[in-house]
Amino acid sequence: MTAGQAIATKDLTLSYGDTIIINELDLEIPKGEITVFIGGNGCGKSTLLRSIARLLKPKSGAVLLEGEAIARLSTKDVARKMAILPQSPSAPEGLTVLQLVKQGRYPYQTWLKQWSTEDELKVRNALKATGMEELRDRTVDSLSGGQRQRAWIAMTLAQDTDTILLDEPTTYLDMTHQIEILDLLFELNEKEKRTIVMVLHDLNLACRYAHNIVAIKEQKVFAQGKPEHVINCGLVKNVFGMECEVTIDPLFGTPLCIPYGKGRCILKGQGFQG
Amino acid sequence: MKKYYNFRLLGDRVSFLVNRKALITFLLLAAAAAGVFIISTGTGEMKISPLKVVQVFLGGGSDMDRLVIQSFRLPRIIVALMVGMALAAAGGILQGIIRNPLASPDIIGITGGASVAVVAFLAFFSDKNNALTVSINWMPLAAFAGAAILAFLVYFLAYKNGVSPVRLVLIGIGLASLMKALTTLMMVFGPIYQASQANIWITGTVYGSNWDNVAILVPWTLVFLVLAFVLARNVNIQELGDDIALGVGSTVQKYRFLLLMVSTALIGGAVAFGGGIGFVGLMAPHMARRLVGSAFGALLPASALIGGILVMAADLIGRTLFSPLEIPAGVFTASIGAPYFIYLLFKTRNA
Repeated sequence: MTAGQAIATKDLTLSYGDTIIINELDLEIPKGEITVFIGGNGCGKSTLLRSIARLLKPKSGAVLLEGEAIARLSTKDVARKMAILPQSPSAPEGLTVLQLVKQGRYPYQTWLKQWSTEDELKVRNALKATGMEELRDRTVDSLSGGQRQRAWIAMTLAQDTDTILLDEPTTYLDMTHQIEILDLLFELNEKEKRTIVMVLHDLNLACRYAHNIVAIKEQKVFAQGKPEHVINCGLVKNVFGMECEVTIDPLFGTPLCIPYGKGRCILKGQGFQG
Repeated sequence: MKKYYNFRLLGDRVSFLVNRKALITFLLLAAAAAGVFIISTGTGEMKISPLKVVQVFLGGGSDMDRLVIQSFRLPRIIVALMVGMALAAAGGILQGIIRNPLASPDIIGITGGASVAVVAFLAFFSDKNNALTVSINWMPLAAFAGAAILAFLVYFLAYKNGVSPVRLVLIGIGLASLMKALTTLMMVFGPIYQASQANIWITGTVYGSNWDNVAILVPWTLVFLVLAFVLARNVNIQELGDDIALGVGSTVQKYRFLLLMVSTALIGGAVAFGGGIGFVGLMAPHMARRLVGSAFGALLPASALIGGILVMAADLIGRTLFSPLEIPAGVFTASIGAPYFIYLLFKTRNA
């Protein structure tokens, strides 16, 4: 069903000092799909994403990008195939959107060739795809949270890679802008068949946008597959340690997780008694 | 009006995106630098009109004008220009790679290393009559060595699987304080005469510069300025943080080391001939940022010119305001720079 794998890990072990974060992980991430990593705080999903992006050296094992070990490729070659947007990046004061997005062309530039026709085209396309054309001369620090995140996504798009990794791209955004960013990524996947791998905290949004969910728990992948196949109350209880009801999203038909807990219950008679 | 020009040659092999506003600002700054240079050359005990100064530059002028300008004033003004450019450019690089607006040559201790070396030089090579036992011409070398050793020390101590900006700046601040303490200690124990001489050096002065100094400092500074300009896009990418820089395929540690070395070379040259002139390395990059934005390819040249203007102007004031008394240029860099800086901050606070 899938056209092969974009990324794979082989016996991947990650650690901070002596603390093992991910242990001997074999994972395959399908090409041309949206994959979302989920898991509780500190489960290692961001660490795994960073290691796939070669920002963190594995203790042992390897990350394969289109079948080749990432450690053996030159870092610029990797940068032409895979882009990473880390969590809450920050731009220096006074940098304009255009100047930021232009940095995405770094892997294609030399010191004399810093603005080729191709650079110009890719930057323009990236600004267009993210709806940032009008804002290109504004400084990044003067933008709203949602616009700022779109500017950073435009930078990763300018990198012109088949695969884009994003670490919690919706953090600190209000609901409108969360949807706006995820819609943008969904469209990029639909139209251009880019492989998107991201960490998301919101399980329901993960279910809506992901083709493939990877649930991480205790240094391992607990489950992987289509959200409608893997997300159920048992998984949520196991991975997040939370009691919930999983029902069906009335708009999209994807799994919808409703947590138990305290709160005001205004249903008469049949309500949940926490 | 177009905000950018595409500059392309040889089928894209040489291609740049040029910001129109930054280019105009750069040209204006260059004109201002030339203006200050000419005015400064014409000002002093013997006044020479700007027109005559230009005539002398073009090979004309009277013998007297030529003598005054070529023998007495030019070397000093050229050294002031180079020192200012070097410190300002180095400050800009440091602020970029450390990602901290407070970074400057003095704060991470490089200037402090040079101070200690100079004070030690004055202390160890003086006889009982406070006369130097070796030529004073060795002092720049001592200053340079002090700066270089300290820069390596900062880098070495900050190293832990590569160098992170935070470690770099903290180790730098620690060593800077240590250097300050050492300098004070040596000045307290040394004779008064030495202390005052050392103090003038620490404040920073281009007094007594000669053509030999110019012959060393000009090529040195220009080479490293060009190198810094070549490396500009690596400063840009480092300013976005290590994760982004690694993500787009930059070899962050290699370039961080290279950039630190380039700024050390610039600072070393500047302190060797200009002493510990403060403020310029910290503030000139900020002024440039307000004028041309923070893309480093524009910021670096603008910052260098502002630095050059500041030190030339400070030296002009220092040698004319209380003439015949000579006030070290370092005293005035802050007093003429700070008001303008505050004005810029004030003007751009809502921008």
